[in-house]
Amino acid sequence: PGRVPGLTAGVIRGADLFGYVGIEAVLDQMRRKTMKAGFEFNIMVVGQSGLGKSTLVNTLFKSKVSRKSCTPNYEEKISKTVKLQSVSHVIEEKGVKMKLTVIDTPGFGDQINNENCWEPIVKYVNEQYEKYLKEELHVNRKRRIPDTRVHCCIYFLPATGHWLRPIDIEFMKRLGKIVSIVPVIAKADTLTIEERLEFKQRIRQDLAANGIRVYPQKEYDEDAEDRIVNDRIRESIPFAVVGTDKEHQVNGNKVLGRKTKWGIIEVENAAHCEFANLRDLLIRSHLQDLKDVTHNIHYETYRVRRLNESNMNFSELELSIRPLENGNGDKSESESHL
Amino acid sequence: AIEKVEVKKVKFEGVRGLSLSGHVGFDSLPDQLVNKSTCQGFCFNILCIGETGIGKSTLMDTLFNTNFENFESSHFEPQVKLRAQTYDLQESNVRLRLTVVNTVGFGDQMNKQESYQPVVDYIDRQFESYLQEELKIKRSLHNYHDSRVHACLYFISPSGHSLKSLDLVTMKKLDSKVNIIPVIAKADTISKSELHKFKIKIMSELVSNGVQIYQFPLDDETVAKVNTAMNGHLPFAVVGSTEEVCVGNKMVKARQYPWGVVQVENENHCDFVKLREMLICVNMEDLREQTHTRHYELYRRCKLEEMGFKDTDPECKPVSLQQTYEAKRQEFLVELQRREEEMRQMFVQRVKEKEAELKDAERELQSRFEQLKRLHADEKAALEEKRRLLEEDQSSFNKRRAAAQLLQAQSLTANGKKDKDRKK
Repeated sequence: PGRVPGLTAGVIRGADLFGYVGIEAVLDQMRRKTMKAGFEFNIMVVGQSGLGKSTLVNTLFKSKVSRKSCTPNYEEKISKTVKLQSVSHVIEEKGVKMKLTVIDTPGFGDQINNENCWEPIVKYVNEQYEKYLKEELHVNRKRRIPDTRVHCCIYFLPATGHWLRPIDIEFMKRLGKIVSIVPVIAKADTLTIEERLEFKQRIRQDLAANGIRVYPQKEYDEDAEDRIVNDRIRESIPFAVVGTDKEHQVNGNKVLGRKTKWGIIEVENAAHCEFANLRDLLIRSHLQDLKDVTHNIHYETYRVRRLNESNMNFSELELSIRPLENGNGDKSESESHL
Repeated sequence: AIEKVEVKKVKFEGVRGLSLSGHVGFDSLPDQLVNKSTCQGFCFNILCIGETGIGKSTLMDTLFNTNFENFESSHFEPQVKLRAQTYDLQESNVRLRLTVVNTVGFGDQMNKQESYQPVVDYIDRQFESYLQEELKIKRSLHNYHDSRVHACLYFISPSGHSLKSLDLVTMKKLDSKVNIIPVIAKADTISKSELHKFKIKIMSELVSNGVQIYQFPLDDETVAKVNTAMNGHLPFAVVGSTEEVCVGNKMVKARQYPWGVVQVENENHCDFVKLREMLICVNMEDLREQTHTRHYELYRRCKLEEMGFKDTDPECKPVSLQQTYEAKRQEFLVELQRREEEMRQMFVQRVKEKEAELKDAERELQSRFEQLKRLHADEKAALEEKRRLLEEDQSSFNKRRAAAQLLQAQSLTANGKKDKDRKK
């Protein structure tokens, strides 16, 4: 269905295999190769100070991956401008190596005047695309282009219970066009279940009303199966999360939780908060998809814009120099243009 | 000689490692990736080069356990051609889009000097096609049908002696463009001892001629051992057959001769199983990867350099593609303008010439017309003269007639009078 780019065969025949060939072994081959190469994942956290960004990211990756946790003499200062800082670590699980980069955005939303506070973030995201594009356009390219592009941007919404604030709308509107945004309700333990549901619904309404596309974007669903899975996710976002790195004993088990006077909020208990949903979405099921959407869609959009801006249209230069058979290929083309 | 097993360095040098305090779940990443690829399906393209009748189609049928629609080619092709056919195969949940490209008429011509060219052209065309897509502004790479040749099976004639010069020339032209896996075809015509000598001779000839064939990769510990062993068995001596013969109590793929049965999948009889193992079960992904990261990159680099693109200028300062592009574009536009001007001049010139021509023609026509007019006038004058003369003649004749008549009449009356007088 539809035209497949590059396919010149007029007819593709189906052919039945009379017996085992071993084609399915290619799956294993691919698995081994990707494990050997390792994975890169770049996650950005955006939100006002005090919303628990570092804690959440540490909880997600069960490790002190945030800048806060690994910078000695870290002082929580309200910075005067939004400065982006990234920190990378290599984490490994069952032979799978991942270079995880967490990009922090201290200062966002903390000023009295927050106009244009998204600009440094937009700039950063585009800079990574630019870096990648430059590498991709080299004549002599690296075997593997280092990927610093932001694969996922977690946007922290304070648990006000009301509606989206202007800063939320402005930010998500702009960034939603260039990066995959995953909004979360931070410190959700201040909302009851009913309040939470209502808040989520309002947020979804607000998002729709403002034309904001968050991950998983409906337009990028690849097939019916995808749509079913993603529809379910779209109906339950934003996830209401609670983060912690402390463990407590509950019913004889060690659980991650926040201890309060009125009880222990178990982070990984689905009845308490939606942390597990977020973790499953981001890491266990859709991590590769986040990367693919960034590469196949966001990056390509950027690339199209950049190439058009700089008027770089290679076909203008008649790149279709017919190889070897017709040495005058390009000349004849330009003559026909005349 | 023991091959040194090269272990690729661990990626992500210079980055701190961290230990996890619990199960995070990104160990599912390879599965996520593989699942996506499975949904999309895989492409694999094999090019078979070999003389007509050497068994290329049969081997493909045997390898993939199917019946590709083949038909025998004639030996009288004036030039080497390539025929590509694409098939959709499925095994459990893996969908493979396989393209088999066969040479037609290879080795049949009297003059085989240019035999390799169509093959090189085909391979380059597929690279070109991919490069064009990659350089498009609006491109669609992730669902692009990759037609680049991933593996090239070169069929060596089972002469038992050495490689033909056609073989060496062709393989030399292809070794930097495609993964070459040489196979000895119809290996059931060579005895075991001859085969051993033949293989050694072939490999040494390849080495001494600097032909780089595909080496099964040794960087992954899981398969390094089997790949090392297989590298030592090259070139694979193969026998193909889709017919089944009863051996013992099983039906096996084989060729039945009066003196015995050659079983295709019997490793004592031939290396078919090794070929299938290496080509499909163990290294298909590596073949695809090498094609993309090595052969294609080389093609791309050469192509861009040919067009004048560089990464650094003569002073070794980095040049952005954009700068080079702009420069090229200016060059191109200037050239275009020049050609346009040239054409315009030529056109103006032609117009002038045509105008002159037409003027000449007009003048000639005019003079002819004048001439004709004169002639006409002359003739008219002559005619007028004649008429005048005729009229004169007529009038003088009339006068004479009148005079004669008068005379006659007078003489009659005179005679009548005379007669009257006589009668009296």
